[in-house]
Amino acid sequence: MNNETMNNETMVVVESQTPIQNQKPKVLLGWAAAWIVLIALLGLVAVKLYQVTLGPVSSGSAPDFTLTTFDGETIALGSQRGKVVVVNFWASWCNPCKDEAADLEAFWRQYKDRGVVMVGVDYVDTETEARAYLAQFDITYPNGPDLGTRISQAYRIKGVPETYIIDKNGNLVTNIIGPTTLADLAAIVEPLLK
Amino acid sequence: MIQKSEIRSQKSEAVIAALLVALAVALVFAAPVFAQNGEPTDDEVNAVAKQLYCPVCENTPLDVCPTQACAQWRATIKEKLIAGWSEQQIKDYFVQQYGERVLAQPSTRGLNVLVWVLPPIGFLIGAAALAYYLQQLRNPAPSVVAAPASAPPTDDDDDYEKRLEEELAKRR
Repeated sequence: MNNETMNNETMVVVESQTPIQNQKPKVLLGWAAAWIVLIALLGLVAVKLYQVTLGPVSSGSAPDFTLTTFDGETIALGSQRGKVVVVNFWASWCNPCKDEAADLEAFWRQYKDRGVVMVGVDYVDTETEARAYLAQFDITYPNGPDLGTRISQAYRIKGVPETYIIDKNGNLVTNIIGPTTLADLAAIVEPLLK
Repeated sequence: MIQKSEIRSQKSEAVIAALLVALAVALVFAAPVFAQNGEPTDDEVNAVAKQLYCPVCENTPLDVCPTQACAQWRATIKEKLIAGWSEQQIKDYFVQQYGERVLAQPSTRGLNVLVWVLPPIGFLIGAAALAYYLQQLRNPAPSVVAAPASAPPTDDDDDYEKRLEEELAKRR
C-alpha cells in the first residue's frame, strides 16, 4: 500500500513496509552465509596449498611413528630415545634407491652395535616386489610398508630415496634427499654417538 | 513339383545355417569360459585398475599408467582377483596400503564429503542468484522517494546549461 503526499513542487511517495523490504534482512543473511562459506573454503584451499609448498621436515622434534615390519616386528620411534635413528624411505620401483641399497646395509652392519637403529620405510610399494628387493640387496635392518602413506606424509617426503637422521633426544638432525653413501651417513652419525 | 536337387540344396542350406547358429552360440559362451578357467584377462584387471589412481604419479589412472610401479600394482590386482577378492575388497586393500588418494571416486568420509556436496550446492546457489537477478530485471523495485516530474532548475543546472551553450556557440 502506498501513501502519497503531494504538494505544489514535489511529489513524495512514502511506502509502508513492503514484502521486498521485509525480505532484505533474509537476503543479506543469505549473502553473509554464502560469503562465510566461500571464505572458509578459500582458507582451506590456502592451508592445503601451503602444506604442499612446505618441504620435507628438516629440524625440530622428529614426527613419531610406528612401523610394522615385513617380519611382523613393531618399531615405535618414540621408544628409541637414547639411540641415533636413521630412517630411510625407499621403494622397489625406485632406481636411485638401488644405488644406495648396498651402502645402507654396510652402514647398518658397521653401526648396529654402536647404538644406531636403522629403519627402512617402504613407500607405496607392493609386498612381493619389496621382499624381492630386500633379498636382492641382502638387507637385514628392519623394513616395513608405509601403510596409508602416514609416515611419508608426516615427514612430508617429496620422493624416494630420502633419509632422515634423528639424534638420541628424538630431534631431527638432517635429511638427505636422494641417494646417500656409507661415508655421508658415517660423517653425520659419528658425532651424534659421542 | 520339387526336384531332388532342390531338396538337397535346401537341406545343405539348413545344415550350414544350423552350424552358423552353433558357432555363434559357442562364441557367446567362449569368453567367460576362458576367464573362469585361466587368469583374469587384462580387461578384468583394468576394470578394477581404472577405479584407482597411481599413488606416485600426478592424476594418472592405474589402467593407463605406464610406469613400472603401476605395472606392479596391476599385477597385485591380478593376484587378488585370482585369489577370489571382490572389486571392493581390492579397493579397500589399496586404500589401506596407499591411502584414500588412490581412489578415483573419493569416499564420502571426512573432508571428502565436500567434493560431493559443494558442486550441487554451488549450482543451486548460482541458479537462485540468476533467478533473483532475472526477477529484479523484470520487476524493478519501486523507489522509496520518487523524483518530481518536473523539478525546479537548480543553480548547478543553470551553470551547466550556460557552459554548454557557450561551448556550442564557439563551435558554430
